[in-house]
Amino acid sequence: MRTFVLLLLTACLVGSTYGVQPSAAAPPTALVMALTSATGQRAALVQMRDLVDPTLKPVLQALKEGALYLWQGETLLILTDAGTLVDLTDRPLLDSAGQPFLPTDNLEQVDLAQENMPLVQRALESLDLFGADLAKRRSIALRWGNLPDLTLLPLLEKAEGREAETNVKAVIAETIQKLRLLDPNPQVRQQAITFFGATQAESALSRLRDLRDTERDTHVQASIAEAIQRIETYLQMRNAVAYVFNGLSLASILLIMSLGLAITFGLMGIINMAHGEMLMLGSYTAYVVQEFFATRLAGYQDSYFLVALPLSILVVGVVGIILERGLLRLLYGRPLESLLVTWGLGLMLQQGARLYFGDQTSVNPPTWLRGGWEMMPGLILPYSRLLIIGLSLGCLLVIYWLLYRSNTGLKLRAVMQNRDMAACMGIASQKVDTLTFALGAALAGLAGCALSLIGTVDPEVGKTYIVDSFMVVVLGGVGKLLGTVLASFGVGMSNKLLEPAIGGTAAAVYAKVGILVLVILFLQLKPTGLFPAKERLATGAVR
Amino acid sequence: MQHSTPWRQALLPGILLALIVLIALPVLNVFGFLSDYYLNLFGKYLALAILALGMDLIWGYAGILSLGQAIFFGFGGYAMGMYLMLASSGQGVYGERIPDFMVWNRLTSLPLFWQPFQYFPLAIVLALLLPALAACFFGLLTFRRRVSGTYFAILTQAMAFATWLMCNRNEMNLGGTNGLTDFKMLFGFSLNEPSTLRVLYLVTALLLVVAFMGCKWLVASKMGLVLTAMRDQEQRLRFLGYPIAHYKIFIFALAAALAGLAGALYAPQVGIITPSQIGVLPSLEVVVWVATGGRGTLIGAILGAVGINAARSFLTAYYPEWWPIILGGLFVGVVILFPNGLVGIPRQIAQRLQRARAHCSAPPTSGAPTLDGAGRARLAK
Repeated sequence: MRTFVLLLLTACLVGSTYGVQPSAAAPPTALVMALTSATGQRAALVQMRDLVDPTLKPVLQALKEGALYLWQGETLLILTDAGTLVDLTDRPLLDSAGQPFLPTDNLEQVDLAQENMPLVQRALESLDLFGADLAKRRSIALRWGNLPDLTLLPLLEKAEGREAETNVKAVIAETIQKLRLLDPNPQVRQQAITFFGATQAESALSRLRDLRDTERDTHVQASIAEAIQRIETYLQMRNAVAYVFNGLSLASILLIMSLGLAITFGLMGIINMAHGEMLMLGSYTAYVVQEFFATRLAGYQDSYFLVALPLSILVVGVVGIILERGLLRLLYGRPLESLLVTWGLGLMLQQGARLYFGDQTSVNPPTWLRGGWEMMPGLILPYSRLLIIGLSLGCLLVIYWLLYRSNTGLKLRAVMQNRDMAACMGIASQKVDTLTFALGAALAGLAGCALSLIGTVDPEVGKTYIVDSFMVVVLGGVGKLLGTVLASFGVGMSNKLLEPAIGGTAAAVYAKVGILVLVILFLQLKPTGLFPAKERLATGAVR
Repeated sequence: MQHSTPWRQALLPGILLALIVLIALPVLNVFGFLSDYYLNLFGKYLALAILALGMDLIWGYAGILSLGQAIFFGFGGYAMGMYLMLASSGQGVYGERIPDFMVWNRLTSLPLFWQPFQYFPLAIVLALLLPALAACFFGLLTFRRRVSGTYFAILTQAMAFATWLMCNRNEMNLGGTNGLTDFKMLFGFSLNEPSTLRVLYLVTALLLVVAFMGCKWLVASKMGLVLTAMRDQEQRLRFLGYPIAHYKIFIFALAAALAGLAGALYAPQVGIITPSQIGVLPSLEVVVWVATGGRGTLIGAILGAVGINAARSFLTAYYPEWWPIILGGLFVGVVILFPNGLVGIPRQIAQRLQRARAHCSAPPTSGAPTLDGAGRARLAK
């Protein structure tokens, strides 16, 4: 042990005495010196760019920042941020005594001609293009696609040849073709245009449009028109897919929300106006759970959602039980009064949340839910929205099973059809009521937890969707589950399809108004919704 | 005999109301016990009381719960506001003939739908007619298809939401979120003068008394009987051959016209009308006034409107963040504890006492089925 320490000390001493330092490989001297001549600078830079030599990086960087100096007309030095001078291999300049040395004369800054500035930039970028950083390679390739500089082509072709990452390779290939659009030879241009027509690359659209205005060759003109046409067709299709997905996403949210509403309405004739606030409670549960994980279980931060989801169902479900037992039970058979009471309660909950939590908070989705699935080029479906679609389908299945395949569901449907008769047959209708109301609330809680992934958590979070889900209930009727499914699909879809059809900044507003008009018109045909409950009473309309 | 009864029923409460709002309050003002500020505030409450009267007609008597009365109120308010803006045209910041916000919207001339509101008689007629027509139209679409109860409530709420959304848009040329404000003149009298506001108060009070007596007469007449029957036994009434939808549309339109009148009286006294007075929340507040005061009594609606708004003015000055909680609590508390509202409390107590006395003398009978509005027998709680 002692000998080892001694050895180490000796090594240090020896090192410092003789000024021997590990030196980086030196850049080619002649080429670098050419930078100092006003006439040869440009050629040298072009050569450097095509050479792609990592040892040139300090020189180029220094030249760009004006930190490159010529000493005694023969040695190139770099002024570091610390104010010392180092040579091109990063060795400090030392005087005869071995001390850092800062000469005052014979030191001359190497000028960078204004017109050569972009070249330095390209030379530096070419290093990145062949570097190890994937994201940088990609971004450089993208940037070069917008430069009208044909001399970059050989470099790009070389880069394409050695690129192993297919993703980046495709970007480089696209960039090469973009540059070829500028080629003086019409045949090369034609080929590039055909390439874009075939790959339907959105990024080339504006370039092609520019080219259309300047192109002289008639053949090329024709293929430009065709390529533009192809790309535009693709974009339209992609947008259509995006609208459908957005519609599906909204429909799935509405479905989770309105399932609970519709079941409660069907059974008890009560519209729970506090449903939006139940959703809010679910969102806040997710928020609280996340905060807890952040402070106490930081290591498991990512799995908070797995706890938050069941917990928000549970919490809001319990709130539902308390609500039904404590308040709504007192208002049996008075649906309008129940509506007002739940509304008042919602108002209190909303303001209570505002007082307690403040105006706006948000939840960070777990890392495994960030990002999305690139369904087709330029169209990314967020995982969180896909999860919500999945959740709503899951809910639908569970509810279906519960209603039509379980013993509880049988009782529930019996009470729904004829409360008094069911009660006479020994079904505890009040228990069924409590259970149903709790179920409806729990579904809202689940929706709230899911929605916290894609939006902010604030006291008015329920407001965004609540009016739409009321419309779903009105539209779907209370007789069948299918009515709610179809209605939420219809409302969600038409909302998202109307928006682009209307266009403009206010599209969302007018789409909402449009939906309402459509619902009212639909009620002219079927005043009790798609699937009304069958009744022997001659009421004709809903409660 | 039959014909004189409704009037006589309307006369006494009407005179009482007039004594308070038309005589007592102005006299207090003249002798300095009630400052101009509070008189103006009362004027605002009385305008809102007219709105509550309409709500009581449809909800308390006819059993139609509309959660969109603020839309009609807004129609009236905006109609009046448009007239007031045009009446003071040329006095804006830009000195243009069109209101300032239109200058911001880069308009150069008055939009067509603003044109009629240059003339006061037209503006006031439209303030009443537009809501009534809108209500007729909406009623035609819903009542004729027998949409009622909860469905109707939700649809009207959605309407209120949609109207609110639309009114917030600048391209509607109604001032966007800022609404219509900066009124200056009414018939050449400055709206900043206390005397102008005093006259406005008197007009509002007078119209409230007239509206109240009219409503009293209406509900005491045969029409009122039909309305009440519609609320309690719609099905039976239909079987008797009454055109339910017509009655409903009529009463809904009447309530809307009252709401429009209220809006038209409210705007000049408060000096501003914005989309926030149109949406879902203000619509529901009307319901809470009526519920608190006492449904189906008319005087309860007035009491509720004045009382709750006075409480609101007071509380929002000191505890603004607690007001929504109090309002929500009122909803829950009143509906559950005092289903007949303030006006019904004495009767509620009397009934309690009576029941307690009966309880002592005879064992209670339980389980007797009662019928709810839908004609469905449910076990009485």
